[in-house]
Amino acid sequence: MSRIVVVGYGPTAHRFVETLRERGSGGRVTVIGEEPRPAYDRVALTSYLGGTSVEDLTYPVPEGTVTRLGGRVTAIDREARTVTLADGSAEPYDVLVLATGSSPFVPPVPGAEHAHVYRTIDDLDAIRLAAKDATEGVVVGGGLLGLEAADALRGLGLRTHIVEMSPWLMPRQVDEGGGAVLKGHIEALGLSVHAGAGVQEIVVGEQGVVTGLRKPDGTLIDAQIVVFSAGIRPRDELARDGGLEVGRRGGIVVDAGMRTSDPSIYAIGECALVGGPEKGMVYGLVGPCFTMAEVAADRITGGGASFEGADMSTKLKLLGVEVAQFGAMDGALDVTYMDPVGGVYKRLFISDDARTLLGGICVGDASPYSSLRPFVGKPLPAAPSDLLFTGSGAELDLPDDAQVCSCNNVSAGAVRVAIVDKGCADVPGIKACTRAGSTCGSCVPMLKQLLERSGVELSKALCEHFAYSRAELYDIVRVRGITTFSELITAHGQGRGCDICKPAVASILASLHNGHVLEGERAALQDTNDHFLANIQKNGTYSVVPRIPGGEITPDKLIVIGEVARDFGLYTKITGGQRIDLFGARVEQLPQIWRRLVEAGFESGHAYGKALRTVKSCVGSTWCRYGVQDSVGLAIALELRYRGLRAPHKLKSAVSGCARECAEARSKDFGIIATENGWNLYVGGNGGFKPRHADLLANDLSTDELIRTIDRFVMFYIRTADRLQRTAAWLESLDGGLGYLRQVIIDDSLGICAELDAQMRHHVSTYEDEWRATISDPEKLGRFVSFVNAPGVPDPSIVFETERDQIKPVNRPEVALQ
Amino acid sequence: MSWVSVCRYQALLPERGVCALVDGRQVAVFRTYDGALHAIGNLDPFSGAHVLSRGIVGTRAGEPTVASPLHKQVFSLVSGECLDEPGVTVPVYSIRVEDGLVQVSSVRAGTEPVREPALVPMSV
Ligand code: SRM
Ligand SMILES: Cc1cc2nc3c(=O)[nH]c(=O)nc-3n(C[C@H](O)[C@H](O)[C@H](O)COP(=O)(O)OP(=O)(O)OC[C@H]3O[C@@H](n4cnc5c(N)ncnc54)[C@H](O)[C@@H]3O)c2cc1C
Ligand code: SF4
Ligand code: FES
Repeated sequence: MSRIVVVGYGPTAHRFVETLRERGSGGRVTVIGEEPRPAYDRVALTSYLGGTSVEDLTYPVPEGTVTRLGGRVTAIDREARTVTLADGSAEPYDVLVLATGSSPFVPPVPGAEHAHVYRTIDDLDAIRLAAKDATEGVVVGGGLLGLEAADALRGLGLRTHIVEMSPWLMPRQVDEGGGAVLKGHIEALGLSVHAGAGVQEIVVGEQGVVTGLRKPDGTLIDAQIVVFSAGIRPRDELARDGGLEVGRRGGIVVDAGMRTSDPSIYAIGECALVGGPEKGMVYGLVGPCFTMAEVAADRITGGGASFEGADMSTKLKLLGVEVAQFGAMDGALDVTYMDPVGGVYKRLFISDDARTLLGGICVGDASPYSSLRPFVGKPLPAAPSDLLFTGSGAELDLPDDAQVCSCNNVSAGAVRVAIVDKGCADVPGIKACTRAGSTCGSCVPMLKQLLERSGVELSKALCEHFAYSRAELYDIVRVRGITTFSELITAHGQGRGCDICKPAVASILASLHNGHVLEGERAALQDTNDHFLANIQKNGTYSVVPRIPGGEITPDKLIVIGEVARDFGLYTKITGGQRIDLFGARVEQLPQIWRRLVEAGFESGHAYGKALRTVKSCVGSTWCRYGVQDSVGLAIALELRYRGLRAPHKLKSAVSGCARECAEARSKDFGIIATENGWNLYVGGNGGFKPRHADLLANDLSTDELIRTIDRFVMFYIRTADRLQRTAAWLESLDGGLGYLRQVIIDDSLGICAELDAQMRHHVSTYEDEWRATISDPEKLGRFVSFVNAPGVPDPSIVFETERDQIKPVNRPEVALQ
Repeated sequence: MSWVSVCRYQALLPERGVCALVDGRQVAVFRTYDGALHAIGNLDPFSGAHVLSRGIVGTRAGEPTVASPLHKQVFSLVSGECLDEPGVTVPVYSIRVEDGLVQVSSVRAGTEPVREPALVPMSV
């Protein structure tokens, strides 16, 4: 079998190897990549700064692939059929595939060597580090990647400038009118746009410290960090030195089968030039690169696929602004919709007989992109003005050959086949079957629409045991007065449940009845966290989090926590929720630890439960010179009111004493900010995976009004949300949104407020500390042992080492998985 | 085959597991809803932690299962196979009730002798 060597390990190389493996090619494949890690999702690179881990971005290495990471290829010896690496070693090949991608273009201006670029994880690490000592930054280049880089700088807390050579931003995607609307959006976010401006020099002070960027007109922009994002250049140097044909403006020339001028060498992805040395094109989007990878894999395994050019349509949401372009950027006729106030610009290009759609540009509202892009080159599905005004076009029926997913080149017809013939019944199914929707995700709304149109009812079933959504189960339990899981599953489900439905039902029963979570049969429903009233850790030990309402604690209580931690040898850490977490307790230690804590007046902090976590507070009017209300007092009152309340997901809150917002209330499920006249209530905020600022629900409320509104908000959420749906996602999925929520819980449009109020009263009056109840109940205590037949024996597999004077789990050697 | 008594049958909560030390091995013991007993290794092969006895018990297509409490992979209580990751299995042990006492055998169910090494504390 022939030896295939791939140079470059980016997304294209990954797709190539993956496709080879899918086709059952068993030959030896070696991938040599210069970066120190396997290929990762470069399209999602920016999310790395937002906290997405390298592991999450990294593609799995396809089975049987040999990787040489951190290895740069420096030469190709076509005679000997080997490539040479920077360390001097050589790798022989029968077939060579160049997937070297491209590098950012850095214009040769003075000082350019002190600027950053934005392409790899290492680049982002360097930017993040430099941003620590910076207050202002400049991005050179106002295209797609430039704006993404600018957003990243802004996210790092810098005052950010964008310098763009063309008279308007994103000249490749939008026209002048669209550019003007886009500029309005971007300036409204506090970024400065310098369009029609070039770069004279990067001004560098002592010891190579950047102090600014000078424009050709002599003006200076102060900045301590400069990022170039002014276009990319194909990395064709290996090919050029090896005597392969390259294009006049760069790029390795390939034919439609991705073969270079040497028949045993292929080039794919952003380094390849398709269509001839003069007029050819380098594709800078991942969709066409993937197609090239698939074509090359097909050819190498004996197929005859060819690359026929690709759709360069783009849709993105940058800095919260939707921008999209599809098809051609001009035409004999055009129709424009422009709303400068709302910041929306939409333009369609049409053939001279006014029948065929040629392309379109959207800024501020990209809905025509998904609905109309598939009609490019086809008869207009409706009057152009209707298409632009109604925007959605959701009623349109797509022809089978219309391309739905441009990243993976999947047609409406292929999706229909997946739904009808292969029985895909949801978006994940279609993703697995056709790859549509698996890259940038912008076609997912179309996939849902195709599913609905094919008559597939999107399943709302919780799991194989219940055909109902969580909200429906909640109503069944409430209306039928059901009090046990067995009753519910016997009458309304099948089988004996699982790790999805059992905790969900346990939470519903707890919200409605508020008994002890370990009472009777309910004990069997809980996740291990609720079962042991503590959070499980990676080594099977647990953490202990006592409640510290509002973050306020007396020195005496602090001392007790310290003593307990010391006596049980627990790792101690201040949490992000203004309290203290003690880690590393074995199950049999939990009751002993809690006995001490309860004695000192502590109670469960429910860090383990889908329940209220903390109500953070700032110091407020008691001490702070700016505070206008007692934020600590309110936070404590709220924490004590809602403690222990079981919900579809955890609930977090915070109270700030003035608009400076030191308690970060707007990142909470319900956040309160003091005003001169009372309190403003914000709902639906979230940190975590997908941060969202909370929306203002009501302002200047008295404390009584505030509490009543929160009571109803929380109870309405508990009644109607999906399993594991935080309030942010729930609010976004609520038909009618915030307006509807106001009608229900403030105007009582459904007539349920009295019931919601009563439910909350019931909760507040029946609350009991779970840990206090547990340590005084021998039956519940019985389960806190490592071994049922050796209650005194600690689990010998739990071992710690010491780091910074505290314990830390010993990482056990990976247990072999075949 | 030697049997080790671990606890009274009545002490087992339906659909909840306990862990027993059997000849130095950690065995997760479950009583399912219909009263049946199952014993599998307590070691979660995905995390390397001994925690399977603390997972949620249920069924998948009728087969009794437990989900790892750490990352929720589901294992069959009958075959020990991981139903989410084909090819991964945990040992299954024989289990019975004698005079109201639950007894576990330190030999894997079937004829195969146990291959999992007895656990010794790891040196630091
Ligand atoms: C201890 C703590 C980190 C720390 O050292 O500071 C922490 C630790 C955990 N967080 Fe957190 N989170 C902690 C504050 C936060 C915060 C900040 C905050 O609350 O102000 C956030 C973002 C705010 C938010 O929730 O909107 C946060 C967002 C998450 C998320 C993502 C939630 C989301 O909606 O995307 C998870 C995952 C989940 O719940 O599904 C999570 C889950 C977890 C879990 C429970 C993971 C797990 O299942 O093992 C961690 C276990 C805690 C333990 O074992 O004791 N943690 N976590 C913080 C405890 C605060 C407390 O006192 O209760
Ligand atoms: C921030 C950002 C956002 C983007 N967003 C989008 C988007 O929304 N939509 C979209 O379609 N596209 C987007 N792109 C473009 C997309 O990432 C590229 O089209 C894609 O990465 C091209 O893949 P590739 O494998 O051909 O090249 P690359 O990703 O550049 O990978 C090439 C790899 O080869 C290595 N290499 C090069 N030369 C050698 C050598 N001699 N020896 C060893 N290794 C070598 C390089 O180090 C690199 O790791 C974005 C790009 C960036 C940077
Ligand atoms: S939010 Fe206001 S009152 Fe509270 S600490 Fe900050 S400035 Fe002071
Ligand atoms: S269009 Fe990007 S995933 Fe479908």
